[in-house]
Amino acid sequence: MKLHGAEIVDTFAEAFPMWGARVVITAATPGWALEAGRSMTGFATSVIGCKCEASIERELDPDETPDGRPGVSALLFAMDRDGLAKRLVERVGQCVLTSATSACFNGLDAEDAVDVGGQLRFFGDGYQASKVLDGRRYWRVPVMEGEFLVEERFGAVEGVAGGNIIILARDAEPALRAAEAAAAAIRSVEGAIMPFPGGIARSGSKIGSRYSSLPASTNDALCPTLRGQVEHTEVPPGVGCVFEIVIDGLALQPVSEAMARGLAAAAEAGATHLTAGNYGGNLGPFHIHLRDLLP
Amino acid sequence: MTLTLTLREQPVVPVEAEALCPDRVAGARREEIEALPVWHGKERARVGDFFAVSGAGDDDVRLEGDLRRVKHVGAGMTAGRLTIAGDVGMHAGAGMSGGELHVEGDAGDWAGAGMRGGRLFVRGSVGRQLGGVYAGERAGMRGGEIVVHGDAGAQAGAGLRRGLIAVAGRVGDAAGLRMLAGTIVALGGLGARAGAGMRRGTIVTMAPAALLATFVFSCAYRPPFLGLYLRRLRALGLAVTDEQLEGRYARWCGDGLELRRGEVLILEDGRSPSALERPGHQRPEAVGANDRHHQIAGPDAPGGNPS
Repeated sequence: MKLHGAEIVDTFAEAFPMWGARVVITAATPGWALEAGRSMTGFATSVIGCKCEASIERELDPDETPDGRPGVSALLFAMDRDGLAKRLVERVGQCVLTSATSACFNGLDAEDAVDVGGQLRFFGDGYQASKVLDGRRYWRVPVMEGEFLVEERFGAVEGVAGGNIIILARDAEPALRAAEAAAAAIRSVEGAIMPFPGGIARSGSKIGSRYSSLPASTNDALCPTLRGQVEHTEVPPGVGCVFEIVIDGLALQPVSEAMARGLAAAAEAGATHLTAGNYGGNLGPFHIHLRDLLP
Repeated sequence: MTLTLTLREQPVVPVEAEALCPDRVAGARREEIEALPVWHGKERARVGDFFAVSGAGDDDVRLEGDLRRVKHVGAGMTAGRLTIAGDVGMHAGAGMSGGELHVEGDAGDWAGAGMRGGRLFVRGSVGRQLGGVYAGERAGMRGGEIVVHGDAGAQAGAGLRRGLIAVAGRVGDAAGLRMLAGTIVALGGLGARAGAGMRRGTIVTMAPAALLATFVFSCAYRPPFLGLYLRRLRALGLAVTDEQLEGRYARWCGDGLELRRGEVLILEDGRSPSALERPGHQRPEAVGANDRHHQIAGPDAPGGNPS
């Protein structure tokens, strides 16, 4: 299969369920909203090492936020519902509550919800106060700067994590250019995020390691420098650099849509090959075939 | 299609008509509606004795005529939409827990008293005890939203436990009397003794207010939650200005005779420096020739104590 001159490998991305939430952070300025959002979604690239995966979904105009201030929306994913609740409390508490002028709102209407503001209120040491407006409860937590406003409950859904595309090119420069183009295209998809830095992972992993303490290790089959060293390589001749984009979404559709846009953008930007990572169908129930994503 | 009940003529003595709510009349046949009981003074009567019934509808009911002597309209309603095309008597929407009650004229005393949910809109003004508490009850309004485009009488939000009361005009004396929580927004200003005996909750006003001496100034700031509330009121049809949305509010904590966990938020007009920025930071003096227990708070206040 070919797309804009790039070879599309006939394979599939193997995704799995993770629980997700959307956090809306507002602040006095777009810069401070972004600062809080970046802090909250920091160190959240892979659930293996970070207990959750998170990233900023997009920036929000004042007319898109509950309090009319500039903001960002971020998605956060964890392996189960309880884990999602814990990570939200930790991260909103440590990174948003502490950030100048911030407020934090649920951005997802869902049947299920987890308690966030109801836990963070205790920081108020008895001086916290709640407000119920249009059926939603908010907590006002007094802080030295003024007040931190946080919604009590955040919607939680069983989403889809681990969608991915793998971008191969002649060397680092065109590969990064193609990956950046793919990441930019994927950012336009609502309900999906790319948790790695800049949306791009240079270090895709395989499950397990020759060292027993490590649950994952470098994906040697896709390391160009090991092409002449490993028993089985997936790096075609002429390829000198490989990037991976991992995609988590609130549902299967945005993940598939993000992969489709990423494939098209990467191919157009100079990728020579495009493939996807899977574990032989043994890990996750969602198999997203690249051939189904082509125009 | 709308079910319309038209009052033939204003009764000599008040009619108590709790039956006039969507729960009872929507979807009912004309004969059933006409047979619903009302009280005319001490006499038991029927809806059909006073109202002409026309049209039909599942949840959209309209009342027409001069209903100033018709009480308890929409009281206890749980769903649907009821529109009163003019003025209405006392206790309109009292105890309602759902649906929307629209009064296109004025409403009498006790409108929305003991309300638990739903929305009450009044295009005109309302009497005393808006969303208030009935004698013997532990709390008044416990949920829902009341929006008044005119003025409100004394003791609006008395005993308020939860919910939102917003008044575009002026609110009379003792707003939020002994309120337990909830929010009162008075865009046109407050009368005397606002928040007397309040334990928790918020009273917001956009004009200088005469507060009791048992309220203590904290600071002037932009309360983050207020943006949500004022935007909500704008969506509900009140004329909230950008200055009110973006302005700074002086926070006075009280009532000191109770928990002092309530607050009165007073918009600064932007011309006067906040209490914090004034020299001296003095506690406001008790002023007023008629009531020495009052202090003038707000932009024209003589100072504030950021304690």
